[in-house]
Amino acid sequence: MGDVLWVFVSSMLVNNFTLIMFLGLCPFLGVSNKVDTGLRMGAANIFVLVLTSIAVSFLNKFVLVSAPYLRLISFIVVIASLVQIVEMAIKKLSPTLFRELGIYLPLITTNCAILGLAQFQTSRGYDFTEGLAFALGGGLGLMLALVLMASIREHLELADVPSVLKGVGFVLVLAGTLSLAFMGFAGLFSAS
Amino acid sequence: MSEPRLDLTASPHLHSPDSTAKIMWTVVFSLLPIVAAAGYFFGISALLVVATATLSTVATERLISGPGTLGNGSATITGVLLGLVLPAGMPLWMVAIGGVVSIGLGKAIFGGLGQNLFNPALIGRAFLQAAFPQAITTWPVAGGSFFALKGDNFALPLMRGSAPDVVTHATPLGLMKFEHTGTGIGSLILGNVGGSVGETSALLILICGGYLAYRNYLNWRIPASIMLTAGLFAAALHLINPLYPGGLFMLFSGGLMLGAVYMATDMVTSPITHKGCWIFGIGIGLLVVLIRVWGGLPEGVMYAILIMNSLVPFINRATQPRVFGVEAPSRLKRKAVAS
Repeated sequence: MGDVLWVFVSSMLVNNFTLIMFLGLCPFLGVSNKVDTGLRMGAANIFVLVLTSIAVSFLNKFVLVSAPYLRLISFIVVIASLVQIVEMAIKKLSPTLFRELGIYLPLITTNCAILGLAQFQTSRGYDFTEGLAFALGGGLGLMLALVLMASIREHLELADVPSVLKGVGFVLVLAGTLSLAFMGFAGLFSAS
Repeated sequence: MSEPRLDLTASPHLHSPDSTAKIMWTVVFSLLPIVAAAGYFFGISALLVVATATLSTVATERLISGPGTLGNGSATITGVLLGLVLPAGMPLWMVAIGGVVSIGLGKAIFGGLGQNLFNPALIGRAFLQAAFPQAITTWPVAGGSFFALKGDNFALPLMRGSAPDVVTHATPLGLMKFEHTGTGIGSLILGNVGGSVGETSALLILICGGYLAYRNYLNWRIPASIMLTAGLFAAALHLINPLYPGGLFMLFSGGLMLGAVYMATDMVTSPITHKGCWIFGIGIGLLVVLIRVWGGLPEGVMYAILIMNSLVPFINRATQPRVFGVEAPSRLKRKAVAS
């Protein structure tokens, strides 16, 4: 139980996908202008991450033991089909969100956080529950980073940012600063 | 007989004599006793570090924003505070880099005073911590001759200088974390312990902060909630397991006093409403204890404040007061969605 909890906290704060490991930066830069959109993008990411984690657990257990060379390809296929399902679901359930997320929704397929999750889960040898905790923690961490960044960007919308840095440059600097702040979580709960 | 004069001006007619510049310079003067105490404990090295940090921030502000903004004193405060959170033996070129980063990445990039999200001095400190982790955790022992350097202050950039023989010593927090030995509360309060230049004398910081709170230049709710939360949380943990540091030790050790009184209360980077200030302070207190007790680092005040700084837009949005005669914003939104 302690292990599962540790995996959860560590993937959410200590090794936050976006702020510490710099995975999944494209939605972080692309859809972080509004808190609402960020929240929903985060939710979509959590959904895909959890499904991927479950699928990867099964793949590792039943398929990849006998064919380890298929690892990368099978991960990519699984992720791509999962994202397709999410896309269809969102298009049906909330056309507004579908329009707001735009290109970033299919881009979840190439979101390195998802493939990163699959790879880490395999290389660290997480079992089913640990994998789920990893996916949930990582997804919540992504969501946290997205929402934090979105609220900061909304707050700073009227700030006189130097013209050379307007836009993505400023967001990258902010991301770096946030990542400096998150360094404080380094080593959290690792001693106990 | 002349006509009676009738002056017509727009409201408000009551105005306070405070201006940005006046508040900022008062804060700078309230920091002087702390700088003097740092000189007393750590000798000339401490004064060199503070002076270099201040010069560096002021010069950067002058270069980036032009001469107009130096008068309001905010760059000076950032410089003095940055100097106060560094160890006395820090090479001066690193201190200068910290000053440039504080103003450049901490303030100018957001568009100058009043728009920055994070405390500039802490941004500089966090940057130095990431860039020079060894130099920033070499803590010289307090005391000794005034003119003896406390470290290789004049080291050249990127060179391994000939460090003078200096006695270094773990900070009370480091001792607690890695060797599980406590330090007497008396020396913590008076300040005769190892640590950053300005984090030694808790008593002096409290007095200076009290003066600022009396003048209403800082919101007393922030330091009060930080100290209450950190103290009570630590005391509760201490009751459960005596191996954890006690409440008083938690309060008076490390940078908690300086952070709570001078860093967290920065007018620009703290929440707007009083309720928001309580939430902000409680968050910092919890994070400080969390990082100090369970984290990998002995000290977490800087990171706690930076993390809560990044949450300020959120807190402001959540504690937005209701406009008189208007329904609460959340209910209005729900109505708009319903209709």
